[in-house]
Amino acid sequence: MPAIEVNGKSYETDEEGYLVNLAEWNEDVANYIAQVENVAMSSNHWEVVNFLRKYYDEYQIAPAVRVLTKAIGKTLGPEKGSSQYLYELFPYGPAKQACKIAGLPKPTGCV
Amino acid sequence: MAAEIKAPALRPLPLAPPLLPGAMAGSRPYVASDKMQQALGFPGELAPDWQPKALAKMGELLGRYRSLRVFLDACVHCGACADKCHYFLGTQDPLNMPVARQDLMRSVYRRHFTLPGKLFPRLVGARELTREVLDQWYTYYNQCSECRRCSVFCPYGIDTAEVTMAAKEIMDSVGLGQKYSNEIIAKVHRIGNNLGLPGPALADTLQGLEEDVKEETGADVRFPLDEAGAEVLLVTPSADFFAEPHVDSLIGYAKVFHAAGIRWTLSSKASEAGNFGLFIGNYEQLRAIALRVREAALELGVKRIVVGECGHAWRVAYSFWNTLVGIGGGGRDPFARQLQQQLDPRYRQPMHICELTWDLIQRGALTLDKDANDHRIVTYHDSCNVARASRMGDLPGGQFTLPRAIIGAVVNRYVEMAPGTTHEQTYCCGGGGGLLTDELLELRVKGALPRMEALRQVADQHGVNFMATICAICKAQFSKVLPYYGFKMGMVGGVHQLVSTAIRLHAQP
Repeated sequence: MPAIEVNGKSYETDEEGYLVNLAEWNEDVANYIAQVENVAMSSNHWEVVNFLRKYYDEYQIAPAVRVLTKAIGKTLGPEKGSSQYLYELFPYGPAKQACKIAGLPKPTGCV
Repeated sequence: MAAEIKAPALRPLPLAPPLLPGAMAGSRPYVASDKMQQALGFPGELAPDWQPKALAKMGELLGRYRSLRVFLDACVHCGACADKCHYFLGTQDPLNMPVARQDLMRSVYRRHFTLPGKLFPRLVGARELTREVLDQWYTYYNQCSECRRCSVFCPYGIDTAEVTMAAKEIMDSVGLGQKYSNEIIAKVHRIGNNLGLPGPALADTLQGLEEDVKEETGADVRFPLDEAGAEVLLVTPSADFFAEPHVDSLIGYAKVFHAAGIRWTLSSKASEAGNFGLFIGNYEQLRAIALRVREAALELGVKRIVVGECGHAWRVAYSFWNTLVGIGGGGRDPFARQLQQQLDPRYRQPMHICELTWDLIQRGALTLDKDANDHRIVTYHDSCNVARASRMGDLPGGQFTLPRAIIGAVVNRYVEMAPGTTHEQTYCCGGGGGLLTDELLELRVKGALPRMEALRQVADQHGVNFMATICAICKAQFSKVLPYYGFKMGMVGGVHQLVSTAIRLHAQP
């Protein structure tokens, strides 16, 4: 299995760089993955990442795009509650790229 | 004297592109892990005796599916299919010519299952199934989306998709499975859908949609889940719950049910229309996945089963559900008979959501405001499995006319793409058949070329800014690849997304 090394500690990932053990996630790992993905983490990025983790804790799945945009609209303001804004934050797509940084598994299926 | 005659400039013919041998030799999807394989009852990895096992499986399939033997025997290499594949046109790799792709298996078939191949292998192009050949199978059978466009042009009617499916089945049976499809199939069994969306998350998502639609329209449109006694069970791709633009069609279905006063429900058990058992050519998985729908229908006591916008799901539902599980006449086991008695014979079983909506439109049961879609100039992309493996309505070609009739009822401005790129000759989106995965993105972008060319033409000449389709894979694939061709991601959407925009609801008193 591939792995990444952050602060001298090794973290197992899958072929695409998604963390295998969710519990191992921490902010340094998130920053490292973001760097690999060419995403410069701002407080708004963290807002998304933290919401994803909170939602996943409760439901064992990443939130649907609409659920996410609505939640972000509430915290960051209605003009930011759009998938367009989320794509600005995470150009490869909020579902996949943000999940990767948040340490969640990749959403599968026809998405 | 007449004015000098000038010949017009010659226009480039649509010739087959020059060949780039080996161009896509490095394109391979991730291999399924041993755990993913074993979850489906396949060996975890290639064992030392994989070769005799693979040949035994091939022999079994040749006995089970006479069609496969005919397809392997019948080809005369006329070349009619050669330039019909979107992946060949986009990648120029000669092994993506359908005839060459099939020959990867045909050569092995000749060596081991025909007399000339056993006696004089080199004279008839017969090859041993070596590890190198197996790897070539894995590479190039995972560059076929099983869309069957080539079959339309084959004078013998060879169904290349069936050869691809057989190859995938053989590879799975010896432990060489594809991660994307097999991981998803295991999720369907474990959680109920391709996404892995558990019941509580689904309930939360649907509740959010009720709030959204209430805010937008003022009407109490419901998105019911697991409601016993509903008339209709809607089975739809789980992407409809999760992704954009898919969710806009889900909202469209809900509005149609609401406006028509039909009591409907979704099921957390059958929260997926897709059936990736088809993609991997495995009958047992195809049936096991379909059985969830029957179980849900029996438990909920519904009278009708309606399928949402999902291309290959409609192929499986329309063509196979009857004998697989008894939705429609044909299944003979006790549960199939029980379901056949339960379902209302006055309706087509199963029914496509487009059939349901079109029936309602014809009866004048929906109030539609076409002008609401005036910001859109629409074209329609026929999805491969709907176009070439199913039908809708009562007349031949209904799978082409019904979606277009619905669009005609909800938009004012509609433009067809070029003949030869639509209807039964439609091009695949480039992401079907279990190839909608990130590591195959180069293949997906290149495979979308012919569709993008046709879209570019109507966009430039007629200002088309919306391409409607009725398949979750098409929607996800186009959302991803449109920007590579200079289009906006949001340019693709569902037919019921257009219905959703046009439909007028009367708020409950």
